[in-house]
Amino acid sequence: MTNQAQQLATFYLDGFFFGIEVEKVQEVIRYQEMTRVPLASSVVQGLINLRGQIVTAIDLRERLELKPRPEGELPMNVVVRSDDGAVSLLVDEIGDVLEIADETFEQPPETVSGTTRELVRGVYQLRDKLLLVLDTERTLQIDGSGPERDG
Amino acid sequence: MADATELDEVVREFLVESHEGLDQLDRDLVALEKDPTSKDRLASIFRTIHTIKGTCGFLSFGKLESVAHVGENLLSRLRDGRLTLNADITSALLAMVDAVRRMLADIEATGSDGDDDYAALVARLNDLQEALAPAAPDAEPRPSLVDEAVKLTASAAVEDLAPEPEPVPVSAPVAEHVPDVADASPLPTARAAEHPEAHSSSVADTTIRVDVHLLDKLMNLVGELVLARNQILQFTSTQDDTSFVATSQRLNLITTELQEGVMKTRMQPIGNIWAKFPRVVRDVALACGKQVRVEMDGRETELDKTIIEAIKDPLTHVVRNAVDHGIEAPEKRVAAGKPAEGRLFMRAFHEGGQVNIEISDDGGGIDPEKLKQKALQRGLVHPDQLARMGEREILNLIFLPGFSTAEKITNVSGRGVGMDVVKTNIEKIGGTVDIQSKVGHGTTLKVKIPLTLAIIPALVVTSGGERYAIPQVSLLELVRLEGDQARRAIESIHGAPVYRLRGNLLPLAYLSRELGHDATTSDGAAVNIVVLQADGRQFGLVVEGISDTEEIVVKPLGKQLKSITSFAGATIMGDGKVALILDVMGLAQRAHVLAEGHDRAIADDRQASDATNDAGQELRTLLLLGVGDSGRLAVPLDLVDRLEEIEHRAIEWSAGQEVVQYRGQILPLVRLCDMLGTPRPEDGEMPLQVVVATEQGQTIGIVVDRILDIVEDRLEVRRGTQRHGLLGSAVIQNKVTDLLDVRGIVCSVASDLSMDDLELQAAAAA
Repeated sequence: MTNQAQQLATFYLDGFFFGIEVEKVQEVIRYQEMTRVPLASSVVQGLINLRGQIVTAIDLRERLELKPRPEGELPMNVVVRSDDGAVSLLVDEIGDVLEIADETFEQPPETVSGTTRELVRGVYQLRDKLLLVLDTERTLQIDGSGPERDG
Repeated sequence: MADATELDEVVREFLVESHEGLDQLDRDLVALEKDPTSKDRLASIFRTIHTIKGTCGFLSFGKLESVAHVGENLLSRLRDGRLTLNADITSALLAMVDAVRRMLADIEATGSDGDDDYAALVARLNDLQEALAPAAPDAEPRPSLVDEAVKLTASAAVEDLAPEPEPVPVSAPVAEHVPDVADASPLPTARAAEHPEAHSSSVADTTIRVDVHLLDKLMNLVGELVLARNQILQFTSTQDDTSFVATSQRLNLITTELQEGVMKTRMQPIGNIWAKFPRVVRDVALACGKQVRVEMDGRETELDKTIIEAIKDPLTHVVRNAVDHGIEAPEKRVAAGKPAEGRLFMRAFHEGGQVNIEISDDGGGIDPEKLKQKALQRGLVHPDQLARMGEREILNLIFLPGFSTAEKITNVSGRGVGMDVVKTNIEKIGGTVDIQSKVGHGTTLKVKIPLTLAIIPALVVTSGGERYAIPQVSLLELVRLEGDQARRAIESIHGAPVYRLRGNLLPLAYLSRELGHDATTSDGAAVNIVVLQADGRQFGLVVEGISDTEEIVVKPLGKQLKSITSFAGATIMGDGKVALILDVMGLAQRAHVLAEGHDRAIADDRQASDATNDAGQELRTLLLLGVGDSGRLAVPLDLVDRLEEIEHRAIEWSAGQEVVQYRGQILPLVRLCDMLGTPRPEDGEMPLQVVVATEQGQTIGIVVDRILDIVEDRLEVRRGTQRHGLLGSAVIQNKVTDLLDVRGIVCSVASDLSMDDLELQAAAAA
């Protein structure tokens, strides 16, 4: 829970407004063709070729247990740096980079439950909407395989 | 032992290394004088001199070693803070660096460390460290040889050194052995330069050291370039512009050459790690009172650096083992009619994109009986398992964890760790280990490892619309079954699909099923079986399509995917898309095709059915056959020798009987449909399905219409029959099934043929 003003890269997911620390973001690229990874967790959408680097793409909607993205809508890649190399987060739409003063920062309300509560570090009350700050480390923490592994 | 060229190589490396070290030393010493308390600098200087000392001791440059040794002693005192650096010490150390440099130049020019006398310098360095001795009465006595060196030349001791405030017991690494300074024995074998004047530039000038990470980065970039090149080439094929096509051709060639060049920078001859083996062998042999000669072949065989590093320790262990356990003591060898001196032969060569390394000794070999006993004693295997093992499997017991055959545990090897670690380490880099041994003649250990880990040849297959790469190393062969054949050729045992590959049952796994795709096994489509090997066992992987073999650049998967054992990594294909690399071992385990129990279970079934042959109530393994339109017949599997497919054109006639040539014999054929009076099926293109059975020395082939399945069920004859060829009926898998009287059929054919038998045998013999 940092108490300093910080810059957040923002994006939309199923109508919600999310942000992550801008210094974590390596780049934002449009939709890339993906190679599916069988046996992987359903959160892993596939692998993309980012200038010769193989990057795992994580479907944030799936990760946050939101509704699946409507057919035909192509996600954007928010490529974030992690200890383990770059990982791409698939989002609906990219927003601006916002500078946020810390006084409006709050813990997620008790009513927020489930995965979202686990992954959202806090909420900024903006004038017209709420900005949910995502904990990138936790978001990238995925058990290697999905339920179908045993099937 | 070692010949001149090899030592040359070692000496050259030593020179390059030492020259660099000395340059560093000069800088460090001067810097140190400004900041005498810098522990890092001191440690760095100490390391450099220590390395030089160590290496030249090994190369028997006695003089150089002695100079470096006293220098090291002095430095160790500085490092431990028992002496403080002053101008005198710095000058002495710099003088030592100069002397070392002079000797290195001598070595490069003449192969020996020169005739100059460095006794004065040695004494000076000694005196400097001596200066603190009175102040440190608790100090251990210095090694006597150094003392002698001091006595050689008595020069004025430097008095003005500040005495140590707190005497500390000497913990400096005192020399184990310092050769006599006066003994300037030249290197016996190295004749590095017979014409020193021919060397215009120093060895150190023609090579540079490069950070491996930089090479890795270059390697990656070249990988990218290869991919970009592939994409351009694909695009080029759609273009007509001649100058563009020519340019991309050139790009193609240059990229290939660049790739080879960069690969080469990472390649090192295996001789680099072998070079230390003669010494290892000598030491081990000495320790256990043996005489061993080392011979090497293929020292120049090149391998990727990472692989060289990975096999260094396993190979060293194998070599030690061979000398310690393999080669016998001289008297024992002589008694066995072998020369007293044992021979350790190391061979390396390239074969099929892999490097083979063989280490053989002409020692006592491994006694399989002893191995068995040991394995049982330690409870590593079950007696039943052991009884079924072939010789090769028994020898491979040696790789089990916790296995040691040495009767007495020596300090060299034989603590029961080792061979399993060797195997694990080699397998970790995608290699295999095999052992062959003959009692009384010796043992050969064969290691196969990939050339490089970064770029590997792989077979590209498709499944569920995606491409997957299978490393070529695990690939044995490809089998394609077309149309009707595809449906019939794949049979099932206990629900597990199998394919008969040249008489052996090959367990099958469906890639699409294992990867959780919808199985799209449409009837009539061709079936592609990729025959793979994992852990010394074979299995078939059924894939939807096989594209091509390609050189792929292996890239690791992110941590989110690490736990999926079915994938070894990923790669980027020519079109820029990502393809997953299958981990053959992981996939096999997932599909349970290598499960120990799998074919063992069948063997167990057979044994069980043998044991209770006539009990009737016990579970038996039955071969189900189809005859006519709906007839179902069963044969106990233990009465069946083999199942064969025989082409129509292979059928010949002999004495009114259909026969085929089968394994050098003449096999009479009996058509089951004729015997049972069912209509004979049209002789199509399909080969005949033949059940081969032997009774009382007579082997016949029973031609059946279809082979349905192999099942396990209780065999209880419910209804007898008088019909020839049948024993009766039973209910098998809830269906009424007739039991074929194999014995009766064979015997009746045998009596029919008894007259012709002699002729047949004569024909077979001819």
